[in-house]
Amino acid sequence: MTKQEALFTYLLRLADDRLILGHRLSEWCGHGPVLEEDIALANMALDNIGHATSLLTYAAEVEDKGRNEDQLAFFRDVREYTNIKLVELPKGDFGFTIARQFLFSTFAMLHYEALKDCADPQLKGMTAKALKEYRYHHRHSKQWIIRLGDGTKESHERIQKSINDLWMYTNELFFMNEVDEVLISEKIAVNLEKLRSDWQKLVEETLKEATLEIPDYKQYMQQGGRNGIHTEHLGYLLGEMQQLPRMYPEAQW
Amino acid sequence: MSEITNDWPVWEVFTQKKSGAPHEHAGNLHAPDAEMALQNARDVYSRRNEAVSIWVVPAEHIVSSTPEDMGPFFDPANDKIYRHPQFYSVPKVVKKRS
Repeated sequence: MTKQEALFTYLLRLADDRLILGHRLSEWCGHGPVLEEDIALANMALDNIGHATSLLTYAAEVEDKGRNEDQLAFFRDVREYTNIKLVELPKGDFGFTIARQFLFSTFAMLHYEALKDCADPQLKGMTAKALKEYRYHHRHSKQWIIRLGDGTKESHERIQKSINDLWMYTNELFFMNEVDEVLISEKIAVNLEKLRSDWQKLVEETLKEATLEIPDYKQYMQQGGRNGIHTEHLGYLLGEMQQLPRMYPEAQW
Repeated sequence: MSEITNDWPVWEVFTQKKSGAPHEHAGNLHAPDAEMALQNARDVYSRRNEAVSIWVVPAEHIVSSTPEDMGPFFDPANDKIYRHPQFYSVPKVVKKRS
């Protein structure tokens, strides 16, 4: 695998996670539990989608096959999407969305902190900019986890269930293969396994503060997303997201 | 945590546009506590980079003058022109120097 191929796939993984998560967050627009949270979730949707756009633009440039960011976003099918399954699951209730935001943004924050010495200046610049956003996403979701966990009996039970249900999707955050090996040797990527203990520490600290139980790490863990094997939910999401550009490929807006 | 209620308290939001400038009233919002009020204020009133600093204050802690106070509070200033610097003429010598 060449460095170029590896970098293209790496950028696609980062972008796909964020584009799909951004889409899921955007589904809250007009449906938030209160006006203030509605705006907060829409903001975070836009953070993710905006960052995904930059990543896809750069991915298209690296690929150098005449595709652009829109073609990568709207004209790839389920099997070509490389996001982890965690981000494609339906938005669920507010607690489920918050639990996913917490698990994902904690990882994204650590990942981007680790990329501060990335040897690819463009990726380094983009991730440094987005790091501030993920720090905020982390802070926002962490505060909610604490309030829901240490809140009422019902909020405690529901947020615990969401954490439990999402747990088996978290191992995929640390997925690595040849792509990572090639880029680690180029000092572009980082060893995600090294982030695992920090992620566990941050997650466990907050769960404890929220009086929540830490699920079992040794349970069955989902995989496949990075290789294009997804849950049934991604197809419906892409159907909605891609419908307009596929019906009107030349549409400008 | 306190009992769940359907109505979160109202917080008044003050934002500072740049360092050194005064915090100005931006609006208000609902939030369950101070940290969430700050986060909400960031999302509602500073998502387009409008602020470098935010204050949130529980609305119930703001003491406001009432419409009835208008007369006694503010009218007396109007007929005492000598309270305003413009009342005093500045000698030409002083004006020249400045």
